[in-house]
Amino acid sequence: MRDKALRVLYGLLIAATLVYVALPSFVVVITAFSDKALLMFPPSGFSLKWFERAITYEDFRKGLANGLIVTAWASGIALVCGTLAAFAIERFEFSGKRVLESVLLSPLVIPHFTLGVAMLILASEFNIARTFSLVVVCHVILVLPFVMRAVYVSLKNIDPALERAAASLGASPLTVFLRIDLPLLAPGLAGGWLFAAILSFNEFTATLFVTGQRTQTLPVAMYTYVREYADPTMAALSSMLIAATVLFLVAANRWLGLERILSIEHAR
Amino acid sequence: MGETFSVSVEGVLKSFDGTPAVNDVSLKVRKGEFLTLLGPSGCGKTTLLNLIAGFLQPERGEIFIENELVTHTPPYLRSIGMVFQNYALFPHMTVAQNVAFGLKMRKVPAPKIAKRVADALEMVRLPHLGARTPRQLSGGQQQRVALARALVINPKVVLLDEPFSAIDKNLRAEMQVELKQIQKRVGITTLFVTHDQSEALSLSDRIAVMSHGRIEQLSEPAQLYRNPATSFVASFIGDINKLPCRLVSVSDAEAAFEFGGIQARLAASHAEGFSPGSEAVLYVRPEELTLLDAGDPAANFGAATVDTHVYQGTHVDVYVRYDDGRVLRARHPGFEAIERFPAGGRVGVSANLERAFLFPAS
Repeated sequence: MRDKALRVLYGLLIAATLVYVALPSFVVVITAFSDKALLMFPPSGFSLKWFERAITYEDFRKGLANGLIVTAWASGIALVCGTLAAFAIERFEFSGKRVLESVLLSPLVIPHFTLGVAMLILASEFNIARTFSLVVVCHVILVLPFVMRAVYVSLKNIDPALERAAASLGASPLTVFLRIDLPLLAPGLAGGWLFAAILSFNEFTATLFVTGQRTQTLPVAMYTYVREYADPTMAALSSMLIAATVLFLVAANRWLGLERILSIEHAR
Repeated sequence: MGETFSVSVEGVLKSFDGTPAVNDVSLKVRKGEFLTLLGPSGCGKTTLLNLIAGFLQPERGEIFIENELVTHTPPYLRSIGMVFQNYALFPHMTVAQNVAFGLKMRKVPAPKIAKRVADALEMVRLPHLGARTPRQLSGGQQQRVALARALVINPKVVLLDEPFSAIDKNLRAEMQVELKQIQKRVGITTLFVTHDQSEALSLSDRIAVMSHGRIEQLSEPAQLYRNPATSFVASFIGDINKLPCRLVSVSDAEAAFEFGGIQARLAASHAEGFSPGSEAVLYVRPEELTLLDAGDPAANFGAATVDTHVYQGTHVDVYVRYDDGRVLRARHPGFEAIERFPAGGRVGVSANLERAFLFPAS
C-alpha cells in the first residue's frame, strides 16, 4: 500500500519535471502557428506565415550561414587544440602544467560577458576589424574547456598498458598515438566536438560584442529582430531550431551512439 | 665474449622520489631459460621488468639484450614480447588484428602476416577466434591471444608481468601448464614476474627472489626451498617455523643452542659465523618436525602440548605449544595425527636439524 503510494508519487515527480523542462519549448512551438502578429498563448488561429517570414528574412539567412561558418571553425580548432592540450596534461610532466590547465579551463567560470568586452577592448586597441577571425578566436576560447574535459576523461579511460603493448610490438610514439590512442579517443572526440559545436552555435553574450553587421550570427540576429518586432517569427524560428537539434541528436545517437559520446557507458 | 645471454642487467639502479625501487641489481638470463622474478609487492620486480622492456630508464647501470646495449633504446626498437597483467589487448581491433599488429609494424608482407597470425593462433589453440573482438573472449582466451601477440614477432625475450593474476584459480593451473609447454616448444627466453611462490616454483628453471629492490637469491626452485640464502628467502618460500634462540656453545663439530629452557644441537656447518652467546633465529620447516609420544627418548626438541589441528587433505598441520608459550607447527602426512595426538595432550618433538637454517637475529 505504501509502496504503491510512493510509486505514484515518484511518477508524478518525474512527470512534473518533464513538464517543467518541456513546457517552454511546447509553448513556443504552439505560438509559432499563430495567425496574428502577436506573441499570444494559446493562439487564436492557425497559419504558417511566420515560418515563411523566418525562412525568408534576410538577416536570419545570413546569421545562420555566419553561425555555421563560425561554429565549424571554432569547434574544429578547439577540437585539435583541446586534444593536444589534454594529451599533454594527461600524459606528460612539465613545469607550468597546472597553470596551463587552469588557464585553459578558466572560461568555464569567467562570465561570457567579460570575455566579450575584453575581446572588444583588445580589438579596438589594436585596430582589429570585427571580422570572422575575431569571432572564431572568441568562440575557441569559450568552447576549448569542454573539448578538453571530454578528451581528458576519455584519455583517462585508456589503459596505459595498451600504449606500452603497442610500443613493445614495435610501434613508435607517433604510431601509438595514431593507431591506438586516436581510435580509442574517437567517441570522446566526437562528444567534445558535439558540445563545442552546440555551444558555439548558441553562444550569444560574448558574440554580441565581437560581431558586426556583416558577421552577426543567428542568436545575435534574433536578438536584433526581437528589439524591433514582437511577432511570432521568433517562435517559428525557435521551433525550427528545436526540430533541427532533435534531428541532429537522433542522428548522432543512431550513428555514433550518444551514450558513448557522453561517456555514460563504462570504459570496459 | 663468452656465453651469450638473452638479457644482461648490470648494476642497475632506479629510484622513485629518491627511494630506490631497483637497487644495484645484476642479472643474467640464459638463452631459452624460464626465469622468474619473485617477491612481495613493492619489491621492485615489476620495475626491473619495465627497465628491461624499456618503459623506464635506469639512473645507473647497463642493460643488454643479446649482447646489444639497449639501456637507452626505446621499447619499440628492443625486440621484446610482453604480456601484461590485464592482457592489454587492443579493444578496437579483432583478435587477428591484435596478433598481426607487431608484424605490421615490422612491415611483413600481408600474405606472410596472415600465415603467421594463423600459426600463432593455432599455437595457443584458438584458431577459430581470429574474427572476434577481445571483449567477446573469456579471460583465459584473452590471455592466450596476448601470448600469441607477444610470440608471433619472434622476440629475443618475452616478458610476462603477473599474467595469471586475473584468471580464476582452476583455470590458472591449466594456463600455467600450457605456458610452460609453449615456452619449451618455442624455446624462447622467458622472464616472468609473480608474487605467487607456487607459480614460480612450478614454472621456472631459475628464480630470482627479490626484496627491497635487491635480488636476495638466484637459484633453481629446489635450491631456494632446501638452501635459502637469507632469512627473507627462508620465510618467503614455503611454510616455515621461526624460532628465536641463543647460541650456547660452538665447536668444530657442532653447535648447541637454547630456547625456552630446551637445548638442542646441530652440525657446525649450519652455524658458521656464530659465536656462543649470540642471538639467532632457527628456521625449520613443518615437515621437518615430527611429533612423538610423550617421553620418547628420540625427542630432541623438548616436550610440548598439542594446541590445534589443521587438516589439509594430504597432511595435517599440528600446532604445539611449549611451556613458555611459543607455538610451532609440525606437519604429518595423512590424517592419523589427529587421533594420535589429541588436543591438550603432551607430546615429544623431534626436529630434523640437518634441514634447519640458522640466521642471525635481526
